Amino acid sequence: MSEDRLDVRKTYKLLINGAFPRSESGRSYEVTSAKGEFLANVAQGSRKDVRDAVVAARAAQSKWWAQSAYNRGQVIYRLAEMAESRRDELAEHVRLGEGLASKKAKVSVSRAIDRIVWYAGWTDKIAQILGSSNPVAGPFFNFSVPAPSGVVGVLAEQDSSLEAFVNAVLAPIAVGNTVVAVASEKRPTPAVLLGEMTATADFPAGLLNIVTGFTGEVAPTLASHEDVDGIDLTGVDEAFADELAQLAAGSIKRVLRPGPSEDASLRRLRAFVEISTVWHTIGQ
Amino acid sequence: MSDELTNSQLGAMAYDPAPESASIARIKPAYGLFINGEFSDPSSHEAFVTLNPATEEPLASVAQASTADVDRAVYAARRAYDTVWSKTTGAERSKYLFRIARIIQERSRELAVVETLDNGKPIRESRDIDIPLAAAHFFYYAGWADKLDHAGFGPDPKPLGVAGQIIPWNFPLLMAAWKLAPALAAGNTCVLKPAETTPLSALILAEILQQAELPEGVVNIITGDGSTGAALVDHPGVDKIAFTGSTEVGRLIQQRVATSHKHLTLELGGKGANIVFEDAPIDEMIEGIIDGIFFNQGHVCCAGSRLLVQESVADDVLRRLIRRVDQLRVGDPLDKNTDVGAINSAAQLARIKELTAYGEEEGATRYTSTCSLPDKGYWFAPTVFADVSQSHRIAREEIFGPVLSVLTFRTPEEAVAKANNTNYGLACGVWSEKGSRTLWVAERLRAGVVWANTYNRFDPTSPFGGVRESGFGREGGRHGLEAYLNV
Repeated sequence: MSEDRLDVRKTYKLLINGAFPRSESGRSYEVTSAKGEFLANVAQGSRKDVRDAVVAARAAQSKWWAQSAYNRGQVIYRLAEMAESRRDELAEHVRLGEGLASKKAKVSVSRAIDRIVWYAGWTDKIAQILGSSNPVAGPFFNFSVPAPSGVVGVLAEQDSSLEAFVNAVLAPIAVGNTVVAVASEKRPTPAVLLGEMTATADFPAGLLNIVTGFTGEVAPTLASHEDVDGIDLTGVDEAFADELAQLAAGSIKRVLRPGPSEDASLRRLRAFVEISTVWHTIGQ
Repeated sequence: MSDELTNSQLGAMAYDPAPESASIARIKPAYGLFINGEFSDPSSHEAFVTLNPATEEPLASVAQASTADVDRAVYAARRAYDTVWSKTTGAERSKYLFRIARIIQERSRELAVVETLDNGKPIRESRDIDIPLAAAHFFYYAGWADKLDHAGFGPDPKPLGVAGQIIPWNFPLLMAAWKLAPALAAGNTCVLKPAETTPLSALILAEILQQAELPEGVVNIITGDGSTGAALVDHPGVDKIAFTGSTEVGRLIQQRVATSHKHLTLELGGKGANIVFEDAPIDEMIEGIIDGIFFNQGHVCCAGSRLLVQESVADDVLRRLIRRVDQLRVGDPLDKNTDVGAINSAAQLARIKELTAYGEEEGATRYTSTCSLPDKGYWFAPTVFADVSQSHRIAREEIFGPVLSVLTFRTPEEAVAKANNTNYGLACGVWSEKGSRTLWVAERLRAGVVWANTYNRFDPTSPFGGVRESGFGREGGRHGLEAYLNV
């Protein structure tokens, strides 16, 4: 391959309802590497894009939850297979965006892929951890099962462009929610690449929607949206998170604020889960 | 429409044969033992032949593992445990198990044909049940390997070490998956002995483990007869014995390990009661009874081999049942239309014939399907005994064949008393539209599994195993991990 070939540059687009549109606003913004060099033009999503994404997520949620837990695990595992085969590309974007040494970027991507595998295994186990049968004092069979909250908005972490993104979006997805995620504002491309991979991983349209752009502009729309059931505020500073949490209260959203170390914790898996209890009589 | 008209119409719509190709199986003429990641030279062992029970034709020559071979296999497993597997993280074990699950999915057609050739079960069942469930089992436990801290056994639960696993011939690959997947997820290494009459799918699984690049010695698969199993049970280097098979052999194994340090789980025989109340949904119930006893030729430890019918509907249920039994398609297991395949071995066929002869002798009324049976191979026509009393041998002993004993009851209390009137306690079925009564009955049944308005359902997330003389320990689900953890 000759070195003087002109490279083909890519526009990094949104992921809404299984399609990859530009922003309806017609805007894009320039993303640079940690060193300040041009990296990509990325769609600058609008409030309307967020609302469209919520509609898609809502429509997909009942279908995603209707799939068997086994099947949902297979779909998420398929994403790990897709990510593995594009590992180098992901690592290059993580390296440039986060300004890491090549080896560290690869390690970060490996951890992210292993994390996808970890979540794949949770789909058919979370009910066995969070569910219970309850020995009520009476002739009743009483059991509790976890169910998804519904549509979850994620304001992704700003620094860790892939690992934290994987954690933030796959936890709600693994337990049956659908997601509208706002990617890291300065380092959105690894998230966009992961979104592209979902298209070949049997992710149903609308399961994961990704909006790139300015978090400050679109976050209030997500936080105040009546049809969003939960919101993860990890990616914004404390003062803004306070403001968004108050907006979220308008429709009694489940709110996840940054917490202690994520690694072995089920905090994210529990964050957007509802416990439903059934009483059934026992008798001849 | 009268029954006669329906039957004659069905007769007019005969099925054409739809055979699966036996060549898909790619069976080798001879197999060695799979020890320390490689197959030994078949010519270095004494050998025996595994037959196709549907034709009595030989399929392959298989090595008879000697006591020295068992020793080598246990040593390989111990070394793999000490040097590799105990140092492999849960996340890495998880990915090995996901690989195995994926390769089983990729080679599913070949495995289904091998299973049907070696076992005699209908291809429809091996294709739709045995092989997909085996893959699902690896998939499920793959997800546990990196989550053991969350399994409810305290932080950082430890494996036991080397597991010796002995499996039966009725679901050869599936039983291998039930044994290996939780053991490996929990961090043990394994020596697996498949059944003498059905070793082939486990040997293909050994090839799959090679393809998955599972570290050598983590799983060793040794073929042989009961003497091989006994040598494995007695080996001092084994920390855990997991056995699925008859109660008779389970008792001997428990005695043999009783004074050792070895952990033990047993999944043994059963005499499952399928209890039908008068309000049961009739069509689903008839299919459920049929599936409960004729699935896999009745070679199922949890088979619903005792039908307990409420007296008010007994005549109607029996009439419909006999009509349905007559429609079962018995024959070539490779034919995709076949419902009931071949009996797995001459010995099992002799056992079924002996017990059914007692059935008639003791006064039960016998209905046998009028289906024609192939000339060669081991076959037994689906059979229903009515007028069975609790003291009859066919109501007490596990026949492990396509034979159903029908008894009646009047009240829920009587149904429960009769269902529990057995030394076994593996599985029961309850058929009723009234959920509260189903739960009332289920609470009182002494059985490890109760199916309501269904039967013979299996899922990797659901614990399976017996109470009383059907054994102890669970396979499947979160509880299945306990059998392989030092907790």
